[in-house]
Amino acid sequence: MFDRRISRRTVLKGSVAAGALAVLGRPAQAQSGVNWKKYAGTKLEVILAKGPRGDNLQKYIKEFTDLTGIQVESEQIPEQQQRQKAVIELASGKPSFDVIHLSYHVQKRQFEKAGWLANLSGFIKDPTLTAPDLVESDFSAAGLKYAKDDKGQLLSLPWSVDYFILYYNKEIFAKAGATVPKTLDEMNALAQKLTDEKAGIFGYVGRGLKNANMTLWTNYFLNYGGEFLDAKGNILTAGPEAIEATKSYDRSNKFSPPGVAGFNWMESLAAFAQGRAAMWIDGVGWAPGVENPNSSRVVGKVGYAMVPAGPKGQYSATYGDGIGIAAASKNKEAAYLLCQWVVSKQQGARLLQAGGGVPFRNSILNDEGVRKGVTLPKEWFQSVIDAGKISKLGLPVIVPVAEFRDLFGAAVTATLAGADPAAELKKAYDQFVPILERSEKTS
Amino acid sequence: MREPRRDNSTGLPQRWGAPSYWPFVLPAMFIVLAVIVFPWIFTVWMSLHEWKVGQPTIFVGLFNYLRMPKDPRFVEAIWHTLLYTALSVILPLFFGTLAAVVFHQKFPLRGFMRGLYIMPMMATPVAIALVWTMMFHPQLGVLNYLLSLVGIPPQLWVFHPGSVIPSLVMVETWQWSPLVMLIVLGGLAAIPTEPYESALIDGASFWQMFRFITLPLITPFLFIAGMIRLIDALKSFDIIFAITQGGPGNASETINLYLYSVAFVYYDIGYGSAIALVFFVLIVVLAAVMLQMRQRMHWNEAMGGA
Repeated sequence: MFDRRISRRTVLKGSVAAGALAVLGRPAQAQSGVNWKKYAGTKLEVILAKGPRGDNLQKYIKEFTDLTGIQVESEQIPEQQQRQKAVIELASGKPSFDVIHLSYHVQKRQFEKAGWLANLSGFIKDPTLTAPDLVESDFSAAGLKYAKDDKGQLLSLPWSVDYFILYYNKEIFAKAGATVPKTLDEMNALAQKLTDEKAGIFGYVGRGLKNANMTLWTNYFLNYGGEFLDAKGNILTAGPEAIEATKSYDRSNKFSPPGVAGFNWMESLAAFAQGRAAMWIDGVGWAPGVENPNSSRVVGKVGYAMVPAGPKGQYSATYGDGIGIAAASKNKEAAYLLCQWVVSKQQGARLLQAGGGVPFRNSILNDEGVRKGVTLPKEWFQSVIDAGKISKLGLPVIVPVAEFRDLFGAAVTATLAGADPAAELKKAYDQFVPILERSEKTS
Repeated sequence: MREPRRDNSTGLPQRWGAPSYWPFVLPAMFIVLAVIVFPWIFTVWMSLHEWKVGQPTIFVGLFNYLRMPKDPRFVEAIWHTLLYTALSVILPLFFGTLAAVVFHQKFPLRGFMRGLYIMPMMATPVAIALVWTMMFHPQLGVLNYLLSLVGIPPQLWVFHPGSVIPSLVMVETWQWSPLVMLIVLGGLAAIPTEPYESALIDGASFWQMFRFITLPLITPFLFIAGMIRLIDALKSFDIIFAITQGGPGNASETINLYLYSVAFVYYDIGYGSAIALVFFVLIVVLAAVMLQMRQRMHWNEAMGGA
């Protein structure tokens, strides 16, 4: 959809950074005991979700093959289909792939419970397999939380993180003399003030579509002090925090373009990029879309800020994906080398600099050379760093995430059309509880 | 005629046929068993188990069936399916018949216009769905622009729970009225001209001729068209999925869409199979009702004739 191709300037900047990395990185590899060529000749199959992460892997995979002599066959499949295919193949016990790109916020618990992923805890401690710069503590807390199961086993390597932030249109703000809202209430009041239906300008936009809306709604929920699960694993998303959060969410969306109940990120992005919405809360990963002159009218006019605080705190709902190895794979060591390369400093830097994702590794985000190569505005990068500090997982870590998103998402969408939040959430809760109980049954 | 004679000439006994034909039936039988009977029985078997992909299967008897009446999403989906089906049988029948009557008249460029009218039928549903999604867009869509020309305020179309099913039916009607037209046009061509001539002599109006001559004579064709539409509408998936994915909320979620979610998004194979079976029974019942109506109609005609 967007042009994510890299301009000449990017390449120049990138290669400077990469060159610096190469100088820093090579000796480390040479000195370490990693024998990259040990598994030369192995063939690996990789299943990827379509998107910039997959592109970044496929574009540079030749370098990996040159380094290790391992042949890699990879395919990118649209996210929804990729999840289905992966689950069906993993359940069959004989997946056609060795390495899998997974969405933590949807699949973490499901994969853990089914035991589909190989344990990497041993690999990452093995100096003959792991370069010395790759240590667990380099990943951010959210990344480790995603990658490890409740026994502390590392089941995947965190690849790319998505934080929710507030995008705002500086031009509309300046015209109205508005400042960046600090709280959700302020934001809603401001949204009302900025809405001018006759001119086709709306104060706010955000996902309203069932299921998709849950990633946004949960940010409200977190800021209203919500927790997804209690100590016994009961779901809490119909409690008083949820009801208040829904009211606030509905209020924001009153000042959204008509039809917001059917908006996913794509429609929201379009409304914001066309200059029809003054504020938009969504993942940091859409910045290349709003800063692309071919598809956006607001290039250079976009401000990036934290999602405004609620009465009980200020968080950034966090989602992410990782790369893991199928437990049934026969080439685990070779696959591990690939996973390691995927989350390596160089690959992470390229991903970040092209705006295709934000690596979980602090050593990449804190690297001056890498930072200089980032093509998106400085303010965007700052929002990434700030969001990382207030990051909190944006969806409950349970098996039936899809059911959760559908049921509560439908309830929240219904409230947009005027239904009572308490009644709708209760209805979703009653339907969801038996599903959750069945999924956690141990037998 | 020739075969018995040859038999006589070779002097073989008359009853040589039956047993030796057996092997020839086997391939067909095997295929029927493999692609129709086995999946059927397997679905029944799955529906009696709690079976989630990646988890062990447990026999639970009729539990999956007992879940359904208590599952508001399923109950709502049934109503959505019935409403969607009823509308998308009746409206194409109405507009298709109307179009057939119009295109049955003689006027210049008739063949060309007929061809034009049939075009929607030839397009891929998903492509159609994407185009209509753009047209339905409340701000940028052409439909609201057209409404604004005649002073009607913009509508939310597929973005409001109240108007989503009629809007989807509109797409369905637009696409499938031509099919009804083709069938009815065939019917119209088969009607003899004499009844019309005598009706004209008796001074019948156009409407009277349509009501008392044309309509009874094309009723069998309408039934066939209705049957085809019923089956198509019940199994409709692509248009709904591509335009709304069952939304907003669950307002346009039909059994098909729910079934898809349960089986392939929630990976709840057992429950999904149970829903599939109930859906199958529903289709059989509806088809039976339709056939029954047809029988009654015939009987009425016979009575009227006698």
